[in-house]
Amino acid sequence: MKQSIFTIVSNEALTDSVYKMILAGDTSDITNCGQFVNIQLDGMYLRRPISVCDYDDETLTIVYKVVGKGTEAMSAMGAGVKLDILTGLGNGYDLTLSGDKPVLLGGGVGVPPMYNLAKKLRELGKEVKVILGFNVKSEIFYEEEFKALGCDVTVTTVDGSYGTKGFVTDALPEDYTYFYTCGPEPMLKAVYRASKTSGQMSFEERMGCGFGACMGCSCKTLTGYKRICKDGPVMKKEEILWEA
Amino acid sequence: MGSLKVNLCGIELSNPIIPASGTFGYGYEYAELYDINELGTFSFKGTTKDPRFGNPTPRIAECYAGMINAVGLQNPGVEKVISEELPKLKACFNKPVMANVSGFSIEDYAYTCERLDKEEQVGWLEVNVSCPNVHGGGMSFGTQPEAAAAVTRAVKAVTTKPVIIKLSPNVTDIVSIAKACEDAGADGISLINTMLGMRINLRTRKPVIANKMGGFSGPAIFPVAVRMVYQVANAVSIPVVGMGGVSSAEDVIEMMLAGATAVEVGAANLVNPYVCRDIVRDLPRVMEKYGINNLNEIIGGAK
Repeated sequence: MKQSIFTIVSNEALTDSVYKMILAGDTSDITNCGQFVNIQLDGMYLRRPISVCDYDDETLTIVYKVVGKGTEAMSAMGAGVKLDILTGLGNGYDLTLSGDKPVLLGGGVGVPPMYNLAKKLRELGKEVKVILGFNVKSEIFYEEEFKALGCDVTVTTVDGSYGTKGFVTDALPEDYTYFYTCGPEPMLKAVYRASKTSGQMSFEERMGCGFGACMGCSCKTLTGYKRICKDGPVMKKEEILWEA
Repeated sequence: MGSLKVNLCGIELSNPIIPASGTFGYGYEYAELYDINELGTFSFKGTTKDPRFGNPTPRIAECYAGMINAVGLQNPGVEKVISEELPKLKACFNKPVMANVSGFSIEDYAYTCERLDKEEQVGWLEVNVSCPNVHGGGMSFGTQPEAAAAVTRAVKAVTTKPVIIKLSPNVTDIVSIAKACEDAGADGISLINTMLGMRINLRTRKPVIANKMGGFSGPAIFPVAVRMVYQVANAVSIPVVGMGGVSSAEDVIEMMLAGATAVEVGAANLVNPYVCRDIVRDLPRVMEKYGINNLNEIIGGAK
């Protein structure tokens, strides 16, 4: 984990409520896809945990949805604004288990962490199938970005206004070696039930610190109590314990 | 440079800064970030006789200048704390540590304290009779002078280490409870634990926190904490450890002027993981600014 100051390079709307922010700064502690950063905002006490969409040696890309006062404030920020950010939080996805034909399922604002994961899997020469789920056509983002990585992309919409009508699970292929997913919990449960292979899921929870100190985001798993922020946010299918 | 040393119940601290229980784990998470030996000491995660998962999530709600938590004393239980957590703590911290203990009966408190009494690295026992997030224990002992005194007596009977009783602000008369603990043999008093609070989500019309209510902490409660530390410090003759919303070296000085011998820092650690180190390093500057040569001069200095 590292605390450092990032500078906003760009901040653009992808849809009515989803924004893409590129920040320049010290990304040396971001070591894996599926990790998150925790952003301090003026006038708000707790930091905002946001998943890493993409990163390189100098820049961090986050794609976030406006859901409250914090993300609303972020959406209004322009280039040059400086933000205090904790980087390198969470475990991230384990790429070694993917097999040759992994499928990635992202739902809504669960799509962004799939991007750097897809990029890394493509770099490893994997045949990557990506299923992006949204409610309606107007919410869709990043379809072209995944295609540009050379992924086989299917988009699903709940109302059928674009792509395959239904949920991400309705587009699961016959043949895949492993799955990776991030999205709202009902979607994660559906993927858990519908998947024929092992896989990894990224979870979300209200956090206090984001680095394992406060026990604010604990959950029960089949392998003991885990902190979503430190021991997660990515959990393996075999360790997940769904509570009613 | 003025002296930062203070003496807390017979043990010298190199400075008065103590990360508060529940915000610092068992130390080693923060030791990855900086040398935690820079701190006076720290109070480790509230430990109970048996392992506890705690409350369902969400456990956290944000507030203006603070937060509510309802973790509910998640901890691995005293046996695992001794066998697994303390060896990890020892590897990164070479000073006496403050052991924070909670319980659900007087026997629980005594059992856990007796086990921790045998641990060489434990300097003080901070006995939490003030957790707002568990039912049938914790705070209920801290809201009645007789019950707080009974816990104090039971713990004092099983340990020779200094016993600091951590009090709840969610009471009508904190002074009477502090005095009852002193009369029962407490070596010190720490206060304040979190204030019972609640937030409601306008969209769902439900409490934000699964447990409905939780403990409110952060800068918003600082004036309440200063007031209660002042009241208690003026009523007892044992040392008082002040906490509640402390976030800066200036806050530390204010808390000490109110009567605190040492100062705990809680919620601020969760926002800035380096805050306690930064406060220790900033104290000499603030002392010089206000003409303080030795921190001991200012304890209870506000009249």
